[in-house]
Amino acid sequence: MTEHYLDNSATTRVSQGAADKAIELMRECYANPSSLHSMGFSASKELEHARDTIAKALGADSSEIYFTSGGTEANNLAILGCAHAHKRRGNRIVTTATEHSSVYETMLHLRDEGFEVIFVSPDITGGVSAQDVISQIDEKTILVSVMYINNETGATNPITEIAAAIKRRGLSTLLHTDAVQAFGKVDFKVARLGAHLVSISGHKIHAPKGVGALYVKKGVRILPHTFGGKQEKKLRPGTESLPLIGAFGVAAEELDIQQSRDNAQTLRSYLLDKLSLIPQVKVNSPSQGSPFILNFSVDGIRSETMLHHLAAQGVYVSSGSACSKGAKSHVLSAMNLPDNLADSAIRVSFSKHSTHEDCDALLEGIRSGIENLAKR
Amino acid sequence: MKEIVLIKLGEIALKGLNRHTFEAALKKNIKSTLYGLGYFKVSIAQSTIYVTPQSEVDMDEVCDRISRVFGIVSFSRACVCEKSMDSIFANAPDYLREELQYAKTFKVEAKRSDKKFPLTSPEISREVGGLLLENFPHLTVDVHNPDVKVVVEVRDFGAYIRAGALKGAGGIPVGTGGNAAILISGGIDSPVAAYMLAKRGVSLTAIHFASPPYTSERAEDKVQRLLMKVCRYAGPITMVTVPFTAIQERIKDECPEELFTIIMRRMMMKISCEIAKKYECSALITGESLGQVASQTISAIVCTDDAADMPVFRPLIGMDKEEIIQISRKIDTFDISIEPYEDCCTVFTPKHPRTRPVLKFVRYAEEDAKLYDLIDEAIENVKITQLR
Repeated sequence: MTEHYLDNSATTRVSQGAADKAIELMRECYANPSSLHSMGFSASKELEHARDTIAKALGADSSEIYFTSGGTEANNLAILGCAHAHKRRGNRIVTTATEHSSVYETMLHLRDEGFEVIFVSPDITGGVSAQDVISQIDEKTILVSVMYINNETGATNPITEIAAAIKRRGLSTLLHTDAVQAFGKVDFKVARLGAHLVSISGHKIHAPKGVGALYVKKGVRILPHTFGGKQEKKLRPGTESLPLIGAFGVAAEELDIQQSRDNAQTLRSYLLDKLSLIPQVKVNSPSQGSPFILNFSVDGIRSETMLHHLAAQGVYVSSGSACSKGAKSHVLSAMNLPDNLADSAIRVSFSKHSTHEDCDALLEGIRSGIENLAKR
Repeated sequence: MKEIVLIKLGEIALKGLNRHTFEAALKKNIKSTLYGLGYFKVSIAQSTIYVTPQSEVDMDEVCDRISRVFGIVSFSRACVCEKSMDSIFANAPDYLREELQYAKTFKVEAKRSDKKFPLTSPEISREVGGLLLENFPHLTVDVHNPDVKVVVEVRDFGAYIRAGALKGAGGIPVGTGGNAAILISGGIDSPVAAYMLAKRGVSLTAIHFASPPYTSERAEDKVQRLLMKVCRYAGPITMVTVPFTAIQERIKDECPEELFTIIMRRMMMKISCEIAKKYECSALITGESLGQVASQTISAIVCTDDAADMPVFRPLIGMDKEEIIQISRKIDTFDISIEPYEDCCTVFTPKHPRTRPVLKFVRYAEEDAKLYDLIDEAIENVKITQLR
């Protein structure tokens, strides 16, 4: 049976180039980048080359890139590091109710530590309005953390407008954005975006799992929360995972944002057209959202049932966010989606490899599901 | 929307008959710094350089690079419109959004060199100001001290909208001030010294002394990375790496310990002068600052200068460390400079270096050590690296 993988916002297939690089760095250039000898030096050159590539893709300077074990760690480092570095200035933090769990849970943790955390509610598409966020920011606010693109609905948040408002009011509030679903999919540059801290992840752009990075704007001070060696300027100690970092660099080099965006856009429009003909389907994603993500509900059929039915046809999608298997999505609840729609939500997500055949197989699977599956 | 960069020339606009030489050098440097970003037309009219992209380019990167070209006092990005109020109205709000959303106050200034344009300058200012207030209700007008000054220019061949001007790097164009060789070790000072003379139009060649195995390839790589930062201002640099181990070992074996550093520096001067001549440089540059260390006292400088047969420029001579660090941060070399690798200056440092060496005795010690035959050998075995 042909595989129709439409779960690319959960993770992607590692590219051949990235995999080759990882193997090369495990088998050939395997020394510790901190070692002073020439093998260590070669390894550190590979490390810095990867850093340059990631920096270039973000429009940042290499010295502003800190490698982490992934998006979750980057988010934790940004939020905890900022909260602890600036707690004397204030204790208010503004975020949204639709953040990825690695932000959401970190915020709950900080709330337990005594920070005042404001969760701004989204509109029905999962996005927040700039005004709703801005009106919550005051002089005591040390951090605003708003995801760039929502991983469940593809809603795009107005990061630039929030950054502009902070700057206009002359506040020293730092702005963090979880750009895991945006990196390699939106052609953004950090300077234009206006955020001080930006989290990205490797495995969403065809690099292996286990690597990500945090952009920290020059001059912005955050504190580490792990301690050890001098790696990553002591912000993230521990021997660098060179094979993964090198592969991340290659994957970033291979990015062709325009091409994969065009592909996703075509497929998303195609799917939307066809889905509009099925009366049981209701689209939850905003029309102006990320072309890579399409969230919809098949009224009457539980997400998990539909997911397994589709998998049996070789079509792989997600119910809610793959990171919180089973649990009801806090994003969809925050959107005030009626229960019957939240329970039957399906997320389809594309990559540069996705094709019309994948979409046709999905549509066929949904039609047969509606016909054959027992209603709730 | 078509965007161009307008560049205002610095002091070269004041030059007399040889002004065109300076302008030509600046044009060449602008083109060279934009290499790899796309196709550009670079033209000059009325002390303004127009950089017009001929293809899709990243204007942020273009401006970032232009901000480091010497010979420019200020520059601005501008949106090109047709010469009609309709076209100016259609473009202004969108084009200025990014600037204005950060601002609290603004004013509009119009310049009309084409007197056939139907509106006068004050009328243009008023109309555009009104339009922007409608589009950005958070703004207020402040004609004396605005956060953003919007300029609308109606010229003979088009109209331009721009928001304020960015500060240029100042100085005079690299390549108009002759050639000099910078002695670079890897510390904080020498990249700053290189930057300062490049600012005065000097083209640079770099001379670095390596003493493997006392110094590592990481130290050499560090120097390359430092020079690449300097290249962003100074254009391409040829780096000459001189093998210095044999000389340093001979000095250690044959000379009095308290004179190690001073003799080493004299050897560096002698070698550098030879290399400088080979590369058509007429002066040396060092990062010395008076009194900073034992080899940088007046008596020590008398001894090192004696070994050189060309002028030695020391642009940092009267600066405090703190002032030097400030510049090194600005040119982004500081973080690299403080990386902890041994360089040739820290190998075999004496415990108590002589702070007031006497030239006569230094020369005796040097002659006794028979160092001169090693100089030719070192010069023969240099390694050349092209950096840009």
